[in-house]
Amino acid sequence: MSDYRIKGETGEWEVVIGLEVHAQVTSNAKLFSGAATAFGAEPNTQVSLIDAAMPGMLPVPNRECIRQAVRTGMAIEAQINKWSRFDRKNYFYADLPQGYQISQLYHPLVGEGSLTIAADEKAGIPADKAIGVERIHVEQDAGKLMHDQHPTMSYVDLNRSGVALMEIVSRPDMRSPAEAGAYVRKLRSILRYVGSCDGNMEEGSMRADVNVSVRKPGDEFGTRTETKNVNSVRFVMAVIEGEAKRQVELIESGGTVVQETRLYDPDRNETRSMRSKEDAHDYRYFPDPDLLPLELDDAFLAECRASLPELPDAKRARYLAAGISPYNADVLTAEVEAARWFDTLLDAGAKPVAAANWVTSELFGALNRMGRDISDSPVSPAHAAELLGLVADGTISGTIAKQVFEKMLESGDAAGVIVERDGLKQTSDTGAIEAEIAKILTANADKVEQYKGGKEALFGFFVGQTMKAMQGKANPQVVNELLKKALG
Amino acid sequence: MTELTNLTVAQIRDGHRAGDFSAVEVAEAFNANVAGAKALNAFIVETPEHALAAAKAADADRAAGTLKPLSGVPIGMKDLFATNGVQTTAASHMLEGFVPRYESTVSAKLWDAGCGMLGKLNLDQFAMGSSNETSYFGNVISPWKRNDGGNAALAPGGSSGGSSSAIAARLCPAATGTDTGGSIRQPAAFVGISGIKPTYGRCSRWGIVAFASSLDQAGPMARDVKDCAIMLENMAGFDPKDATSLDMPVPNWEAALSSDLKGKTVGIPKEYRLEGIDPDIDAMWDAGIAMLKDAGAEVVEISLPHTKYALPAYYIIAPAEASSNLARYDGVRYGLRDLPQGAGLQDMYAATRADGFGPEVKRRIMIGTYVLSAGFYDAYYTQAQKVRTLIARDFEQAFASCDVILAPTAPSAAFGLGEKTADPLAMYLNDVFAVPASLAGLPAMSVPAALNREGLPLGLQIIGKAFDEQGVLNAGLAIEERAGFTARAEKWW
Repeated sequence: MSDYRIKGETGEWEVVIGLEVHAQVTSNAKLFSGAATAFGAEPNTQVSLIDAAMPGMLPVPNRECIRQAVRTGMAIEAQINKWSRFDRKNYFYADLPQGYQISQLYHPLVGEGSLTIAADEKAGIPADKAIGVERIHVEQDAGKLMHDQHPTMSYVDLNRSGVALMEIVSRPDMRSPAEAGAYVRKLRSILRYVGSCDGNMEEGSMRADVNVSVRKPGDEFGTRTETKNVNSVRFVMAVIEGEAKRQVELIESGGTVVQETRLYDPDRNETRSMRSKEDAHDYRYFPDPDLLPLELDDAFLAECRASLPELPDAKRARYLAAGISPYNADVLTAEVEAARWFDTLLDAGAKPVAAANWVTSELFGALNRMGRDISDSPVSPAHAAELLGLVADGTISGTIAKQVFEKMLESGDAAGVIVERDGLKQTSDTGAIEAEIAKILTANADKVEQYKGGKEALFGFFVGQTMKAMQGKANPQVVNELLKKALG
Repeated sequence: MTELTNLTVAQIRDGHRAGDFSAVEVAEAFNANVAGAKALNAFIVETPEHALAAAKAADADRAAGTLKPLSGVPIGMKDLFATNGVQTTAASHMLEGFVPRYESTVSAKLWDAGCGMLGKLNLDQFAMGSSNETSYFGNVISPWKRNDGGNAALAPGGSSGGSSSAIAARLCPAATGTDTGGSIRQPAAFVGISGIKPTYGRCSRWGIVAFASSLDQAGPMARDVKDCAIMLENMAGFDPKDATSLDMPVPNWEAALSSDLKGKTVGIPKEYRLEGIDPDIDAMWDAGIAMLKDAGAEVVEISLPHTKYALPAYYIIAPAEASSNLARYDGVRYGLRDLPQGAGLQDMYAATRADGFGPEVKRRIMIGTYVLSAGFYDAYYTQAQKVRTLIARDFEQAFASCDVILAPTAPSAAFGLGEKTADPLAMYLNDVFAVPASLAGLPAMSVPAALNREGLPLGLQIIGKAFDEQGVLNAGLAIEERAGFTARAEKWW
């Protein structure tokens, strides 16, 4: 249970949160027309006759969009409805050419499912928590109005008109901004694993309508407000925090929360009312007579299921079983690209625990420094596996490995080549090491006395001096053994 | 030689093929008739050059031995079909001047088959009407007159009134129509021609200005049954661009035409016997029954118990769909835009739609908006859909004991222009026999069967099982052969 509470004058308030996430389906073509969907194209260059709602034009469902939504449903273990139907949501707006949005009100494609957000003590999530997903339905996106192109007129860009969206509706199961943030991140991660949405919130591929209400713990749900089109995890959390506070203050000062739609202004970090329930549209939903009900056959469903990749939870469990730390497992599974990279590394023979430590510290550190994504890492998983292999079999030390890695980043050469060329192989040549130890002990006779007198911490000093003298290439274990012998 | 404009589609096709005349001669003859019939107001746009170009191509194809199925046949195109480069208005002010850059599937098929276009035919605005009195471009006048010595202008029926009037007046040998609740059959009956609405989904709706999507269906209108079969063969077919299109092969209806009905059973729905109906209608119906018996069919009485709910259900479902289908005419992207000085978006919508739609269209948008509104949806729309299911079931059960159903097409002969415009409900009643087959998506046709005592044509309707256009056409042919309907309107225009 989350202990997130708003402290009001009359006591503590619990926040109840539900999210409707709109995720743009990854597909080359729109939901009901053949037009392209690339982001950032010149206005009105990706508009078919259907998207512009010319007279007599008809929608035909895009199989790939349906497939992606079904796969998404399967990824959250949701019920897939073999019979679903499209409805028209009727309203007038200049960015909505048909005068209605084709959506699914009465019979959505995907029914009840759930996803699990991981425990995160620091964020106030003491244990793993399942968040219910009520439904996923597919619908058309609208176009975009541009108000800054002309002093007295608005322009319309229909590139987005008709693009397929999945609306993923959660249960009101979240109780803190952190839980909501974790839910959005987890959902985004799953969508990206499945490949059904690129999860790019900046480009608007994913945005959330945030439903918030407050109540005294144990009471019935309060009246909720819905803040539309929030387009980052940070903003989702900010909206919840601000809106919950606003509601508590409102109630405690004798007011009542009205069911309304609100808009978030990121610049001022506040929400403001857009329209109340009283002037809500009557959308006059009814089944779209241009479309037959959608019926999915078993072969289609089987293909959808078979095409699903290993999902974050399963992957994380596998990593934990291989001995990888929970922290590293979380980091490695959060982004699908990193997980794929890591799996390729394991496939190339790297040992899981060492590989996980190396990827999360060395590789991510380097990428971060270079401002690069893992998908364009200058070091391939095969080269990384070779490097880790050289450490594992004692050819080089961990310290030398860091140097080799830097050289790999610079030159793109393989680890083995660099080690050979630069003579970085670790030595277990006891004669050479013993010779250096003898020199060091002679030069530091005072410290040898102190050590023998009980100051055992000086052992590390001797190791360091020896390694330095050996230019880091001595096998540390051998150095330890020889030093112990030499110091009696 | 017979006057070319008196020839049927089959006669033009075959005569042209045989070299009896050139396609250009045919096109010129019809172009002349069209040009000389302005008084009928059957066309919104005349396209003589289109007809001539197709005719020249047909003559060249004949010389080259590459004739197409309908080479040399000029037709009329209801102005509900989008025609590339030719104004397409749905007879509305809203779309006045709208020139599509695309071609409807049905019209494209006809051009591919070799047809030429004589022009775009007038109709009721957005196909809403039963008398062709709702067109923004004026009423279409029927070529027929009552035999009472008066000179009352008569309605050609609707919504395909331009099509019916033009064919009856020999302005074209055939035309396209669309039928949502009788819009092919009733006008065909009013002017003494044939017309068939095929099974829902036979003809693609792509590129046809939508009225009520779940009911709209294109079909041909022509002077006889054979021409309807020929035309329909060249209009029908699966279209991946229409999700409701039937993915079935198009039968060779013309080749399989047969008026021998031995072994067939004809159902006579008792609920279609209306109290107080014009006795001429009942007499024609009885005569039709006798004709089908004569053709070898057995006749049985059947029951379609939910018939009386069909019209109310239709006038909920069709306006509901229309209210949504017509939302796209908003002044934003094409068509009429009324932008009063200083107006905002809402004002533009209001002004554009107030000016762009006629009263009947507005009436139906308002009915449709009302029945879909929160709080009324279940009482109206959901209930109407249930009725629709029951009506379809009525037919299914009836077809267990018969092959086709025979009924009148309309409850009266053509009425005078203006006689029913004051009372929309009286107008709607005209569709009472046509609407049930539309709600059930069944093929149905009207064939001329008799003249009433005023000397006006009356039509008989044959309703068939889903996909059984052949059965419908065959029964129609049996009536046609026996009715010997040769009457035609005397030229006054």
